[in-house]
Amino acid sequence: MELIETVKHMFLFIAAKANYWTYVILLMVGLYAMIAKNNLVKKIVGMTIFQTAVILFYVSIGYKKDASIPIVMHGSGHGHAADAAIRAADYINPLPHVLMLTAIVVGVATLGVALALAIKVYKEYGSLEEDEIHKQLRSR
Amino acid sequence: MILPIDLIVLVLVIVSAVAAITVKDLLSASVMLGAYSFLLCLLWTVMGAVDVAFTEATVGAGVSTVFCVSAIFHTTRRTKD
Amino acid sequence: MKILGKITILLCGGLLLFFTSDFPDFGDANSPASTHLSPYFIEHTLEDTAVPNVVTSVLADYRGYDTMFETTVILTAGLACFLLLKIPTKEVKQRYYRHEPTGVTLRIEGDRYPDKSAVFTRIDSTWVPSDMIINFTCRILISFIQIFALYVVAHGHHSPGGGFQGGVLLGASVILFAISGNLRAAIKQFGEKTAALFGAAGVFIYVGTAALCLALGENFLNYSALAPLLGTDRIMARSHGILSVEIGVAVAVMAVMIWIYYNLSSAGKQDEGL
Repeated sequence: MELIETVKHMFLFIAAKANYWTYVILLMVGLYAMIAKNNLVKKIVGMTIFQTAVILFYVSIGYKKDASIPIVMHGSGHGHAADAAIRAADYINPLPHVLMLTAIVVGVATLGVALALAIKVYKEYGSLEEDEIHKQLRSR
Repeated sequence: MILPIDLIVLVLVIVSAVAAITVKDLLSASVMLGAYSFLLCLLWTVMGAVDVAFTEATVGAGVSTVFCVSAIFHTTRRTKD
Repeated sequence: MKILGKITILLCGGLLLFFTSDFPDFGDANSPASTHLSPYFIEHTLEDTAVPNVVTSVLADYRGYDTMFETTVILTAGLACFLLLKIPTKEVKQRYYRHEPTGVTLRIEGDRYPDKSAVFTRIDSTWVPSDMIINFTCRILISFIQIFALYVVAHGHHSPGGGFQGGVLLGASVILFAISGNLRAAIKQFGEKTAALFGAAGVFIYVGTAALCLALGENFLNYSALAPLLGTDRIMARSHGILSVEIGVAVAVMAVMIWIYYNLSSAGKQDEGL
């Protein structure tokens, strides 16, 4: 019985902050790909994973238990004053969503620039592998 | 938020991220990245971030996969790691 | 390098995991992130801007400067892609033509190619025969995608959506056209110069709306100043100002997505591609 209690306790401990653990793991997966992978496109894929890990962190911060999506309930027509008092605890924190929404779109724009650089490198050296490019650079 | 769905999606996200960086073919890697973005989109919806989910579905899973594939079309899909 | 990478991620990951246990619980309504600024946004969005979607009102009104410069960053990224890839090449141009009546493919070097001919059709060097089913389906889909994108832009005040999502959807419809047919047909419909002009025009609409408020004697990006022009009260004027700004964002994002796709898929040649 004690073992079951311990396992249950462990599970609740992990599940209470599962999003935070996952964000750390994804961040490390992306960082490892950026440091250790040899291929330039693999490094760019790692960069994208790194970015989305940070986005996961921000969105997890904004989450509130038993709260609704951040679109305020209101009566018909464009009434300026709300019909009932709006309580902030009923709605998920919208601020991280705003920051991350723009970050995703800027992320895809920078992904385009990174891929353009990769195409340039391939045209110049005929390879996307980092060690082969280094070899060609040294022999010049 | 429903906890079992959240946990399952989190595990799938990690699996697809690891698959995207370990698979030995760049075309497969970019398709795995698209799948990863769709799973994240599901995760944002579960957490109530509907605007972020919409953006991720259009940008992350749609346009960025197309960008990756068109870059690989002009380079090579061969990779050593 | 692999060992170095593993040591780095073990150190960083260990430290991050160790300090994660000090975080407030997941879903805590009283965490520091949710108690300082965001309650103001949630409680005052209807009184201040008459926009129920808090994300839209914060994006375009409370944090308008942020979004303005994000749009500029996207335009800069499109420009960077263009400048990186578009470099005039001196290599001999080769073009492939198919003689329709006989089905013979010709390779022509130099400048002696027929541009408009009834019997010759231009094909790509890595040519894949276009599939009728894919072409037809995509042509039907594109119009629906565009109508949905316009709905997303216009209805961003009351439902999830807005300028960024709608702009990307509009861009995706043109990209789908380029993928399903060929790149030249898409460039004929929506050229590269048009894309550049639309990208700049989108940023101009955003900054112009903000500068109009300045010209009417109030602060930059204070849309209440537009009330006499629009003939509404000062609060609805903010709602309309947000719509105008969202349209600017949508136009800029659409054009830049298409522009980056043209450059990436043809490696800067704008001639033949994916």
